[in-house]
Amino acid sequence: MMRLTELANPTKFLALTARVLPWLTAATAVVLLIGLYQSLTAPDDYQQGATVKIMFIHVPNAWLSMFVWAVMSAAALGTLVWRHPLADVAAKAAAPIGAAFTFCALVTGSLWGRPMWGTYWEWDARLTSVLILFLMYLGLIALWRAVEDPSRAARAAAVLTLVGAINLPIIKFSVDWWNTLHQPASVMRLGGPTLDRAFLIPLLVMALAFTLLFLTLHLAAMRNEVLRRRVRSLQMMQAGQKAA
Amino acid sequence: MTALAALIRRDIRIALRVGGGALIGVLFFLSVIVLMPFALGPDLPLLARLGPAILWLGALLASLLTLDRLFMADHEDGSLDLIAMSRQPLELSCAAKALAHWLAAGVPLIVATPVLGLLLNLDLAATAAVALTLLVGTPALTFTGMIGAALAVTLHRGGLLLAVLVLPLSIPILIFGVAASEAAVSGPQSFGAPFAILCAVSLISLVIGPFAAAASLRQGLD
Repeated sequence: MMRLTELANPTKFLALTARVLPWLTAATAVVLLIGLYQSLTAPDDYQQGATVKIMFIHVPNAWLSMFVWAVMSAAALGTLVWRHPLADVAAKAAAPIGAAFTFCALVTGSLWGRPMWGTYWEWDARLTSVLILFLMYLGLIALWRAVEDPSRAARAAAVLTLVGAINLPIIKFSVDWWNTLHQPASVMRLGGPTLDRAFLIPLLVMALAFTLLFLTLHLAAMRNEVLRRRVRSLQMMQAGQKAA
Repeated sequence: MTALAALIRRDIRIALRVGGGALIGVLFFLSVIVLMPFALGPDLPLLARLGPAILWLGALLASLLTLDRLFMADHEDGSLDLIAMSRQPLELSCAAKALAHWLAAGVPLIVATPVLGLLLNLDLAATAAVALTLLVGTPALTFTGMIGAALAVTLHRGGLLLAVLVLPLSIPILIFGVAASEAAVSGPQSFGAPFAILCAVSLISLVIGPFAAAASLRQGLD
């Protein structure tokens, strides 16, 4: 907790991330390359053939789309409850990244569905709830842009983020609660993963790679947002001086 | 009379007296239902099959239309600030306003449903099922939509953003409402399960809606 309050100072945050970001980028690139190599050399599935390898992109993107909303919800609590100065920067920076992950999950899933299920889209519970999540991401981004003052936009967006967090357990359990076309959980379940190790290892490595990718992009976007707010303050001060 | 009861009475009176008030929601509902046969063709069995879904969609869109009146008029003439500053907790005031809005704008939709069911060739059982699910579902639509209305109240061009924010949250209500109506008419699925979930969603929104709306209003008004 002391670390978080120290980081509340934007200048310290910029200094810390300037040191950390190159290493994080390198780590992301390395893990991504390892993951891609493992994915490409994984064996073909006996039923799906080589198409199963879409899973190595689709599933990490889907996991991250929900993880990013959870990160934004934590940031929203930071804004509303603790008034942490960088919490709203974190929330605003994460929204487009989360929307991109959700979009990629939907598109890769759709491309996987065509050969597997015979259709690009199906209105079952999992796909519908993820589409709703995507719409909520877009609504959230629209809300951020609708209010001029970033700190006021932050509080409105924080409320919407927390209300939207109810969608996360619905997505996770949608395959259990309804009779869906999308397959049930094979990794994060009570009995342990049912996926064979030959597929599980590349999947987990790719999940780690995408998480590092999110971390890198998020910190970079937070840096940009802090700098953007400084530019805005300077512009407002300049406009005030001109008017005076 | 307590302050909350006075607030409810005031809101209902304004909604009923002001021109283009809550009753315009019913007119919009009627327009949507009347347009459907023009779009779908006068095929009566088809309209009967689609009837519950069309009625629910019309009710959803009509609620969405009247929702921005919930806080906007009060914000423009300053009474929202007075309500926020009063001794009543803002959550209770928001709940009272939403209740008044439902009574003035939601209940007329339910009352109009049997008449509109005739236009869509729905039989008595289907119309009764749709009316019952609307009775339980329109409070959910109002209290969920209240969150978007509160978020959009301080924006100048907030109307369209309100719809974008509220629609994803209203989709579950629509899904369960139509599932319950259709199950009552035809089909092997039970009426009880989706209806119970619809009631649950309504009850949850009765609690979460006022808290989220009050939080948004506090941030928006200061």
